[in-house]
Order: sequence, then C-alpha cells, then structure tokens
Amino acid sequence: MSVPKLEQLSKSVAQGPSLATGAVPTQDWMDIPAVFKSGNYAYPAKKDKVEYLNSQKGLYFPNAREWSPEDDDWKLPEDWKNIILNGLKERLDKFRSLKIFMDCCVRCGACADKCHFFLGTGDPKNMPVLRAELLRSVYRNDFTLGGKILGKMAGGREMTVGVLKEWFMYSYQCTECRRCSVFCPYGIDTAEITMMLRELLHLVGVGINWILEPASNSNRTGNHMGLQPHTFKDNVEFLVDDVENLTGVRPNISFNRKGAEILFITPSADVFAEPGLYTAMGYMILFEAIGLDYTWSTYASEGGNFGLFTNNETMKKLNAKMYAEAERLGVKYIIGGECGHMWRVLHQYMDTMNGPADFLEVPVSPITGTKFQNAASTKMVHITEFTADLIKHGKLKLDKSRNSHVKATFHDSCNTSRAMGLLDEPRYVLDHVVDNWVEMPENTIREQTFCCGSGTGLNTDEIMELRMRSGYPRANAVQYVRDKFDVNTLACVCAIDRATLTSLNNYWTPEVTVCGLTELVGNAIVQENEGENRAVLDEGLRTMV
Amino acid sequence: MKYALSFLAVIALVLIAWLGSQIPGMPYIFGVAFPYLAIAVFLGGFVYRVVQWAKSPVPFSIQTTCGQAKSLDFIKHNKLEAPHTTAQVVARMALEILTFRSLFRNTHAEMHQGPKITYESSKWLWIFALIFHYSFLLIILRHMRLFLNPVPFWVQWLETLDALFQVGAPTWYMSDVGILIGVGFLFARRLTNVKVRYISLLNDYFPLVLIFTIAITGILMRYFLRTDIDIVNIKQLTVGLAALHPTIGSDIGAIFFIHLFLVCALLVYFPYSKLMHMGGVFMSPTRNMKNNSREVRHLNPWNPRILPHSYAGYEDEFREFMVDAGIPVEKELPPQKDEE
Repeated sequence: MSVPKLEQLSKSVAQGPSLATGAVPTQDWMDIPAVFKSGNYAYPAKKDKVEYLNSQKGLYFPNAREWSPEDDDWKLPEDWKNIILNGLKERLDKFRSLKIFMDCCVRCGACADKCHFFLGTGDPKNMPVLRAELLRSVYRNDFTLGGKILGKMAGGREMTVGVLKEWFMYSYQCTECRRCSVFCPYGIDTAEITMMLRELLHLVGVGINWILEPASNSNRTGNHMGLQPHTFKDNVEFLVDDVENLTGVRPNISFNRKGAEILFITPSADVFAEPGLYTAMGYMILFEAIGLDYTWSTYASEGGNFGLFTNNETMKKLNAKMYAEAERLGVKYIIGGECGHMWRVLHQYMDTMNGPADFLEVPVSPITGTKFQNAASTKMVHITEFTADLIKHGKLKLDKSRNSHVKATFHDSCNTSRAMGLLDEPRYVLDHVVDNWVEMPENTIREQTFCCGSGTGLNTDEIMELRMRSGYPRANAVQYVRDKFDVNTLACVCAIDRATLTSLNNYWTPEVTVCGLTELVGNAIVQENEGENRAVLDEGLRTMV
Repeated sequence: MKYALSFLAVIALVLIAWLGSQIPGMPYIFGVAFPYLAIAVFLGGFVYRVVQWAKSPVPFSIQTTCGQAKSLDFIKHNKLEAPHTTAQVVARMALEILTFRSLFRNTHAEMHQGPKITYESSKWLWIFALIFHYSFLLIILRHMRLFLNPVPFWVQWLETLDALFQVGAPTWYMSDVGILIGVGFLFARRLTNVKVRYISLLNDYFPLVLIFTIAITGILMRYFLRTDIDIVNIKQLTVGLAALHPTIGSDIGAIFFIHLFLVCALLVYFPYSKLMHMGGVFMSPTRNMKNNSREVRHLNPWNPRILPHSYAGYEDEFREFMVDAGIPVEKELPPQKDEE
C-alpha cells in the first residue's frame, strides 16, 4: 500500500516493461486474469453502508456482506450471471449510446495512448479500447449473431467470475474523464461504458467504500463528508472568522434562509479541508463584495454527487435535493461552486432527471442584470460564469498585486471542459486576478486536459501508487511549466482536483501548490470597507496571521 | 494467427466462386441468386441494425464538448466543437463524417526517461483512412456505370476526374491505387503498431483482406485480364440485375464471378460487423447532441420516479441540533421532550 519512492516510480513509469513503453505482452489479453493484491484495489463497500443505501426508496443495493477482492470467493448471489446478463440487456434497451458504442468500434487504436491510466501503468487493459472490450466481448458472445455462432473467433467471451473480477479491476481504473472520446472517430465515450460496468457490478453487490460511504452520507446528512447541520454551520463560521481576521471584513452568511434570492451550493469538501477551505473563503469574500442576497443550505450541502460514480438512480436521488431545497426556500435560482463532476451532473443530467424547475426563475445577475440564457432551463449558474460577468461589467474592485506571490497555471477539469465547454470563463477570470499565469502544453489543456488521476471516487489512499501513476501525465505537464516558467500554483475549478492534485504535486512537483480559482479571486478583491483592519497578506488567504 | 485466418477465409471464398462458377448451371446462382440474396441481406440487415439502435432512447444529452460552449456574450463560442443549434450540430457531424475531424486530432504519446511524456501530432491514420474511404466511395460510384443505361453524366465526370493523371492504358484510376494503398496501410498498421496489434481481432483483419481481394480482382479485370472476360455480357447481366430481369450470357469469365462473389460476401458480412460504423457514426450521441442541456430540457422517456431523502425526514433527525445551532426549522421542537 505504501507508495514507491519517487526515483523508483519514475523509472518504472518511463522504462518499466509495459505496453506504454513499447514492450509487447506475450499473452492474449483474454488469457490474463485480474490479480488483486493489497494496493491495487480500493476497499469494498462496508456492509452497513450498502444496507443503508438499499433501505432507501428508489435505490437497489443488494447482497450487502463482508468480502475482499483478494478472496477467491466473492460471495456473489447464486444466479449472478443471469443478473449481469439481464442487467446488460436492460441497459442496452435504455441507452442508445451503449448499443452504438458496443457495435461501432473498429479498434483503430486512436484512443490507446490518450488514457492517463494507460500512460501511467502501461497495462494494456487500460487502453480505452480494451476497457470497452472487457464488456464488448461479453456483449458479442450473448447479444450478437456473429458472437453466438463463432464465439471466441468473433471476439466473444463467456461471462465468468474471472471476467467479473476483471470488470471490477478496470472499471475502477477509469476516472470517466472522457479524454479518449475526444479522439475517437465515433465519439465512443468510455465513461458511459465504465458507468455501465459499475452499475452492473452493483447489481451483484460489488462496489467500493470510498464511493458508497460518501453517497450514503450525502443521502442522510446532505453532504459526502457526513457533516451534520450544526457541524456544517460551524465549519463555515470558522471560515467567516478567518476571513475577518485576515481581511478585516466579516462576510455575512446565512443558512437555510427562506426568501433569499439565491441558493449557493458547493462541494462540502470546500468547507472541510485545505486547500478547499481557501476557495470557500473566496466565495464568501466575493459574495460580500457585491452584497449578494444568498443562503447556504445544510440539507443540500453537497455540490458533488458520488451517485454519478454509482448508478443512475443514486445520482438522481442525491441530485434531487438541490431543486427540493431551492423550492422549499423559495429562492430564484442556484449558483454552483467549483467542482468537476458536480457540473457534469448539473449540465448533462439534472434538468432531465429532476426538472423541470419551473418554480425557479431564469437566472439574472442581480448586480449586472445579465441574463444567463445558457442556464435558462436548469436555473443553475457556474460560479466562474457569474464571476466573469461581474468582472466584465467592472463590478469587482480587483488588485492583482495581492496575488503577486502567485505564478499560476490552469488545470481544466475533465468534466467542465469535455462535458460543458467551460474553458474561457475561468481563463478570463484568471486574466483579471493574477499578473502572471501561463498555459501548460497544448495537448494537456482545454478539451485535451488530463485528469488528476483520482476522479470518480478513486481519491482513496489505499490505491496511492495507482493514483500517482494515473496522475502522472498531468503532473508531467505541471513539471514542464514549473521548470520553464517557475510556476508555483496550479489553479483549478474542481474540489476533487484541489484534494487530489495536492497529493499528486506533493509527490511529483512538491514546489507547486494547488488552489481554487475563487481563492485567487478572493485574494484580489478590494472590499469597500476593508479599512486598516486588513492584515498584510503576503500569501493571500493562506497567510498565517 | 488472426490475420492468417482471414487470408484463409478469403482464399476459401475465392475458391468457392472460382470452382463453383465453372459448374454448368451455377453461373446463374453466382451471377443472379447470390447478388440478390446479398443485397437483400445487406439492406435488410442494415435497416434492422439502425432500427435496433433507434429503438433505444437517448435518455440524457451527453455531448463531448471539444471547444468553448456558448455562454456569455464576450466569451467566444466555438460553434463547431460545442454546437448549440441544429445547424451547428449538422456542421460538426459533416466535418466528422466527411473529413474525419476527430482522427485529425490524433497524437502519439511517447514515454521518455525522466520520466517525461511527449505528444506529437500523428496524422497518418487520418490520411490513409481518408484515402481508403474516399477511394472506396469513388469506386462504388463509378460502378454505377454497370447498372445504369445510358451511363449518367455524373459517372462519366467522376471517371474523368478519377483518371486525371492519364497514366497507362487503360488509364489507371486514382481510386484503384488509393484503395490498395489505404487498405495496405491499415493492414500493415494493424500488424506493426504493437498496441493496435494487441487489440486486433479476426473481425478486424477479415474485412481488410476481403476488401483488398475485391479491389485486386477488380483491377485484374480492368487492367490485366481484359480478354478473360466479356464486358458486354457483364453489362447485360448487371443492367438486368438492376432492372430486375437478369439475363446471363455465356463466357463471362471466372474472375468476374470471384469478384462478384466476394462483393456479395462483403454485403452479407456488413450489417453484422464493425463495418456498421458507417451507420453508427451518424448516431453517436456524444457528437450529434446539442450542447444546450442547461438551456433546453432534454427528456428521458424512462425517467424513474425517485424522490430525495426528504427535508422533513432530515429535519426530524437533526431538529435538536439545528435549533441549538440557530438554523431555521420548519417545525419547532415539541415543548416537552422525554429526557433519554
């Protein structure tokens, strides 16, 4: 479980005999079984978490039990194979994308070296095409004419326990970042295949704790961290104190306040741990500066949604709190904080799953009067869209010199770039809050951005070596700008990034810190009434006072 | 092994057609029955597959955005890579289908000591895929001369264009060279690119070998074995096939039957294979959906009714804490509460 020394892993990544470094595997992939050993798998979900989720209306999480991937016997239900095949059939009927992605791949290999997991591990089954073949081989065998007649010759493969174990291994070595889908000539989206694999595995009680525990926390307490209402409020109030100590201005905040104009929802990690805390302070400074009439909610205190990494039903159930709370409080619309997968759900699923939100209004910035037509139906605005608009209209007094300690670069998170197209708003904001920032190499940013390596609920410590490997392509790009331009700050708009890139940088590029974009905004804002109470903040909100 | 099997399978098909067509009475089977059967299977199968796809709904609007979305006025929208209107989607799809936009983006990643990763533009696959597909299309269109009488003007135009360089006699068509080069590259790439070789299946080699052999037999007929075939009889047969009253003359030539039989095999194989990417590329949701999912609600026909863990249930569990912490509640604490 311990992470190898930097030199050792560096050598292994670059020279280890792997398909990524040019070595040819001697066995056909179908003949190589998945072998689980400590460090190469995330811990299975705890029995009580699975039981809790299964007890919730609309959710189905059978076969709660104690088990270990290292055991031969995974204690699957007796008719597990039927469950899987019927589950696959059901999903083929529900998702056109799945059918098309099963049928259209020509194995051109354009995706092969686009995956950060493949680049970092060199494991052939981490080529997106092979990850999909893990499922496609079973699909061929049981659902296509050619496969039924020719079997293995046509690339078909019987569903066995070995195949199931392989599914578990490799659907949790994919962060659903969708970089491969940019390069695929048919737009095959491996994320959807990984999602299907994970859904199917849950049908027989195979899931990981790092996802199901936050999901059950979020259902019960409103957030992944399991913060109960009073604790959530305490955490935010600590940050208010900190902001006051640092800047001399105490932000006004409120919780669960009916009649507020706007409901603000961000990932709970932002009020829980560094470096997200500074981003949360940034939000409050920003809203204070413009006098926004907004409220936090303890009930909908999570922007993220680990249901996305579980199954459609869980995603819907967790997401539904946002609209429910917005309706209960009677707000006009919702502003969402910085988060990647949160925004994938909000942009691509929310309205379809839990809309229409006709109790809300089309978002209009109360400060600039700008109507956010792009959010007319969902009624959720991204914080960087909101901030960029404020800056454009000159509504923020910004002093870039307050970020003079920062030489930044910007990391696009997978979801906001490839599932939203939110690329230039954060760059526009960055342009206005720091003097100096540079882009990483062009094949590693914007729609081609590399994942932090630990998304989709893989940010757990027991698989740290895997995370350092899969995050390597990102880290390498950071190293490049650090060496060339002395970059010392990696800005991003994602809560998982803030946590995982910190681990990644600590390992590969310890000189570079990670921050949320709104932290830099918070640093730069000049409050009207700040007076002489403002401390000298050499390191912005991170200054020890 | 897998590619060797593909050769064997195609050789077997060649032998069946060669020997079979020499048996008296069999030319009718090979020249008329099989082509009709193959066309029927192709059309029926193609439609069946597309209908099967279409029967499954698109429950969510999951695009892959490859550029800046339409958002604020001062943020420049990338209309082709993050389309917002139907016209923009059509343009994006056209670029994808006609110019293989996504393959154009292809890069080659390489690991170096350090470690260090480099990414280089890699357009070979894109170029040869284009050469292959467009040559194939041109060849199919040129073949319309065989089915239509009189030969339409646009076929003659295409022929003139295709033979622009006027090399050899009879003049070589660029598309004939193109298809051989294209298929040759795709096949060689499958064998020599370690990653691609590792993922390749029999299903990947077979169609390449089949198409290559079809092209070779066609080229043999046009350029090298002209005297072995009777073009008048062939035209009579093909026009008859198209007009649904086929007549088959004698001495058409075995090479023609081999060519035709392989085409029939390709037609039959098509709907049940990866070659259906021809239809699928039009229907891939990540490319053909609009990136307006926050502006216009997309409907999911099977959207299940699932409610969140209710606020009331939440407040019931945490009411005391909430009241203590001064968080507003819907229901106040009961005046008396049993001490526990």
